[in-house]
Amino acid sequence: MNAPLSVPVTSDVPALHFKQMCFEHRGHCLLAPTTLSLSGCQRTLVMGPNGAGKSLFMRLAHGLLPPTSGHIEWEGTKPPVQAMVFQHPVLLRRTALDNLTYTLAIQRVPYRQRKALALQALEKFGLSGLAKRSARVLSGGEQQRLTLARAWLLKPAVLFLDEPTSALDPAGIKAVEDAVNEFHQQGTRIIMSTHDLHQARRLADEVLFMYSGQVLEHTPAQHFFDTPTSVQAGAFMRGELVW
Amino acid sequence: MKKMTILATVSLAGISWSTSLLADSDYITLASTTSTENSGLFSAIIPAFTDATGVEVRVVAVGTGQAFEIARRGDADSLLVHDTAGEEQFIADGYATERLDIMYNDFVIVGPSDDPAGISSSESVKDAFTRIAESEFPFASRGDDSGTHRAELRLWEDAGITPQGEWYRELGSGMGPTLNTAAGMNAYSFSDRATWVAFENPQDLTLLFEGDNVLFNQYGSLLISAEQHPYLKHDLAAQWHHWLVSEEGQQAIADFEVNGQQLFFPNAE
Amino acid sequence: MPAGDNPFYTALALIISMDPGLIGIVTLSLQVSLLAALIASGLALPMGAALALWRFPGRNALIVLLNALMGLPPVVAGLCVYLLLSRAGPLGQFGLLFSPTAMVIAQVILVFPIIAALTRQQVEALHNEYAEQLHSLGLNRLRMMPTLLWDARFGLLTVILAGFGRASAEVGAVMIVGGNIDGVTRVMTTSIVLETSKGNLPLALGLGIVLLTLVTLINAFAHIVGETSKRRLG
Repeated sequence: MNAPLSVPVTSDVPALHFKQMCFEHRGHCLLAPTTLSLSGCQRTLVMGPNGAGKSLFMRLAHGLLPPTSGHIEWEGTKPPVQAMVFQHPVLLRRTALDNLTYTLAIQRVPYRQRKALALQALEKFGLSGLAKRSARVLSGGEQQRLTLARAWLLKPAVLFLDEPTSALDPAGIKAVEDAVNEFHQQGTRIIMSTHDLHQARRLADEVLFMYSGQVLEHTPAQHFFDTPTSVQAGAFMRGELVW
Repeated sequence: MKKMTILATVSLAGISWSTSLLADSDYITLASTTSTENSGLFSAIIPAFTDATGVEVRVVAVGTGQAFEIARRGDADSLLVHDTAGEEQFIADGYATERLDIMYNDFVIVGPSDDPAGISSSESVKDAFTRIAESEFPFASRGDDSGTHRAELRLWEDAGITPQGEWYRELGSGMGPTLNTAAGMNAYSFSDRATWVAFENPQDLTLLFEGDNVLFNQYGSLLISAEQHPYLKHDLAAQWHHWLVSEEGQQAIADFEVNGQQLFFPNAE
Repeated sequence: MPAGDNPFYTALALIISMDPGLIGIVTLSLQVSLLAALIASGLALPMGAALALWRFPGRNALIVLLNALMGLPPVVAGLCVYLLLSRAGPLGQFGLLFSPTAMVIAQVILVFPIIAALTRQQVEALHNEYAEQLHSLGLNRLRMMPTLLWDARFGLLTVILAGFGRASAEVGAVMIVGGNIDGVTRVMTTSIVLETSKGNLPLALGLGIVLLTLVTLINAFAHIVGETSKRRLG
């Protein structure tokens, strides 16, 4: 573990504290006890090779899984609004538009407002022409943009993205990265996992480096890329660390 | 959620629809035997009763054993069967208060047209049954505790034979299915005349023996005990019960014919 | 009703003649079986979905029981309903025996396990795919149920049709609890049994062909509706 954060905290997004958080499955420790805090409106990139535990960390942070020991705590009385974009988009068997109005219905947005809001979101993510198409027949890039539009409608304070671009072509990757920056500019904290070094360089304010179920580094991006503390991070960046 | 609401509404509407069928005109439920229903007797005589009284008769046609059971449980308003001994027992047990002779027909023995056991020349049922048992040609029995089955068993007993062995096949079926099976196996069988005459799938079966006095088959109507089952439609059932023995009812039974043949002979006193 | 020697001509003649007796029988058959399939769906879809979503002690036993009940002999279901609705039985005071309502109840019992067991399977498969996303959207299990049922609708349509098929094909239960009363509880299958017992095999088979034709039409209709919207939604 590395030094405390040096990036200034500017946002009112509540801080997220992990206290001795640990996850075990059938006697195997998949995530070693982790204590750290994420605060401010930053773009935190969770990095590491495949199998490092990035996805698990994201799911624990988002609350999809409870830790087997330790705690995850949001500052304040209740957790802020969060959204998550998965590596493989999960879309309902409905039209693109209906996928979005469904999300609004869950948020208890009045019925009359739903369609207009959904159409705005489709337009924002360049999907206007596909409103009536089945979400399941869209291309991979279009599907991922639709999940971003869905997340957009939630107006999240924190957006989790779990390797959202690993199955996309360069144009698709760019669209996702643009969207991430757009979210960030609107004051959303970004927590995104990737194993793409270049992507991390483009986006990261700070980096969480994971290896073999352990968070080895939690440092500002510049610091991480210039002078990684751990041997593994150095090897990872030189392309030597595969597993 | 919307879907659930629709489903629930439709279900309720449907239930009220189906129960509304129950709310129509006066009717009684009559437990009776397949022989009377299958031959078409009821469809011939009930309209006359309904015209005269405005009361509909709903016939549940089952074996005599099951008909007794339905009446015993109070699921029928009236009972018309053909097992005099059983009927008298039913009254003795307190489930019915009155029994009236309505009509009779007779039982017949049918079998393959070449009559391998040679029963067509026999003198009596006793003789015919003995020939079948000794020759061990297949015999299809109802085996369902119906009036016909009970009558058949009494006749075997009278002949001093315990029917058993591979040739004696107990089917556990109604009269019609038993005749279908007998036709398929080309076996002998014991049937009431009405079902036999109305039966349309005889294949090689033919009527081989008839006319012995012991083949007499009496039908009786019973008034079910109001004490046992107070909620039944006893007034309407009594109307039906007495109509059957009235001149009009007796005439309707006599007028019923299949293929130009009278099947039931009214004999109310 | 007309009768001939060739069951196909008999079936054709039955359909063409529009015999009022036959129409009554056909209508009652469809009403009873469709209603039974609908009521059973109303109960079994949420039950199957709940079984897919919740883990509780005895869940596996319940699933095995439902699967086993898919093979419940109709005559046993009929007998149970008979004893229940009989005047001497616990629900005797409603006088429902030998009525279409009794037939619907018996068929609901037959159809329920099929729809519940197959719904459980379909919803569980879909839940595996959707669970994280729906959880992320903040849905608890109860609120996931309608979403999963709706998104599984094409598969569930087939499940409901399977239930309807069982209801419209069975004879053992409706015979016992309906009594095959002419004009009141006589349906296609009990008519077929009756005509068979009269030895009128061509008419029995002709009725069978009419029944099969109707069931085929209903299935074709459902199939077309399902395929059309499925093609639209992928």
